[in-house]
Amino acid sequence: MTVMAADPVVARRTEIQQTAQRSADRRQLLSRFGLLACRICLLIALTPLVALLVYVFIRGASAWNWAFFSALPHPAGIPGGGISNAIIGSLIIDGIAAAVAIPFGITAGLFLSQSDGRIPGLLRLAADVMSGVPAIVVGIFAYVVLVLHHPGSLGHYSGVAASFAIGIVMLPIIIRASETAIRGVPSVLSEAGLALGARKATVATRIVLPAALPGLITAVLLAIARGAGETAPLLFTAGGAQFLANSPLKQMNAVPLVIYQDGIQAYPDIVRVAWGSALALVLAVLVLSVGSRLVSARIRRVRDV
Amino acid sequence: MSDMTPAPPRPEVITATAVDDTRDTDIPAMTLRNVSVAFSGKHAVRDVSFDVPTNQVTSLIGPSGSGKTTLLRALNRMHDLTRGANVTGEVKLGGLDVYAPTTRPMLLRSRVGMVFQRPNPFPTMSIYDNTVSGLRFNGIRRKSLLDEAAESALIAAALWDSVRGRLKASAGTLSGGEQQRLCIARALAVEPEVLLMDEPTSSLDPSATKRIEELMSELKDRVTIVIVTHNMQQATRVSHHCAFLLMGEDKAGELIEVGPTRKLFTEPSDPRTEDYVNGRFG
Repeated sequence: MTVMAADPVVARRTEIQQTAQRSADRRQLLSRFGLLACRICLLIALTPLVALLVYVFIRGASAWNWAFFSALPHPAGIPGGGISNAIIGSLIIDGIAAAVAIPFGITAGLFLSQSDGRIPGLLRLAADVMSGVPAIVVGIFAYVVLVLHHPGSLGHYSGVAASFAIGIVMLPIIIRASETAIRGVPSVLSEAGLALGARKATVATRIVLPAALPGLITAVLLAIARGAGETAPLLFTAGGAQFLANSPLKQMNAVPLVIYQDGIQAYPDIVRVAWGSALALVLAVLVLSVGSRLVSARIRRVRDV
Repeated sequence: MSDMTPAPPRPEVITATAVDDTRDTDIPAMTLRNVSVAFSGKHAVRDVSFDVPTNQVTSLIGPSGSGKTTLLRALNRMHDLTRGANVTGEVKLGGLDVYAPTTRPMLLRSRVGMVFQRPNPFPTMSIYDNTVSGLRFNGIRRKSLLDEAAESALIAAALWDSVRGRLKASAGTLSGGEQQRLCIARALAVEPEVLLMDEPTSSLDPSATKRIEELMSELKDRVTIVIVTHNMQQATRVSHHCAFLLMGEDKAGELIEVGPTRKLFTEPSDPRTEDYVNGRFG
């Protein structure tokens, strides 16, 4: 039996190993080409990104000084001036938008993650469609609702109208990203809680949401980064201003607006302000993205130990 | 584990695994010399040396965390895939230095196959395609060789009779035990010289476990087997040789004792081995 079985096995083993050897030789060449192709594609894909960052940095850094962040804009023709009103305006607009969108978004994400069926499916579809709606459409919608004259509207440009528009941009991002984060929590955890007699709400708040925290933080920070960079909704709503409004119910300036308005001016000093603002915006978004990774990585590490 | 009544040993298997079966054992299939595995600088296995006898079953036993699986995965360079993992020492497959820079891991792994804890047939492939997948990955196209290897591997894995009529069916239609035997067939089809099995029955029910254990004593004529097991009865039932690992200081697994299974379980030379095989800890 042993002799009968061993011979064909040894014969096959020899043929297989010889073929594998030849095939590996061939594939080694192919794999070098493949790896090279991957690297070239990566390089091509990264080139515009890196070029953009470098260019923004070079153009923007020359505009930066203390006054750039602390002073109000100067009129055309007078060098210097800053964007303090736009920075504070952006913080207020995006802050209000995030403060409203985050609780609604996470709650909706939690709901979607816990439910399957037709209604949740429709809501999920709605969130997907919403995240695909061009920001300029969101802008004109907010314009009609809060800027045009009619009952229930403020009737003029305002920070709050801008927050409304930016919030609409943030909302679907938070919903879908937090749903994904919450769905990533192993179901054995919620089952363990339910098996101890906990209510679904208790399981959600005490077990599932804390476990999903790193993903939720990422979801929120990425949504804020996305909202902070949106310009089209602001064009219809914030109105822009050369000064700092004392209330979000009034017309406000924002960093993306400065880039849009100043970038196309004829005066080099004003164009420089636009590049300085662009750099500030890029860095802010970068800090949010890197920060979200660091925070969630840290939470994961602390929990593992 | 300690409070479980040991299952009565099945005598016919014990005789099949008699340690005096020394045929073909003069040249070890694999040799390990001072093998250490570290993850990001922290040792998980330290300074292990022993020989894996050819055409026999060698079991790695020891409590959780003793580095059994880590050591097993060092034998076919699976740690290459883990970032921060570093294997030192010497592992040899016959005359081949497993960790030599000129050794290609893919070719090595076609000679040292692996079966995992949970059955992992490729879900998008049929039973036949699963069985010959390793051959295809290695560039074997000749239909008659594929068919011949598939049939032989499925027969060896005791699966041929139940699947010969539905080779084109999805692997997902098989039961858990059958899936694991399909994974064994898949590993065997490449005709490896050594088969590594990482707790291959830990997710199976007792009858499926029994079939796989029976398989192992039949397979040893074809392939050298190294098996990691938590179950000491399993080690006595299936293995001729046995290596006992224990977590040493700084949590690195160390080899305490290696030798014929019967000797380890009846007259161990180290008191820690005696404690473990008698269920006093671990």
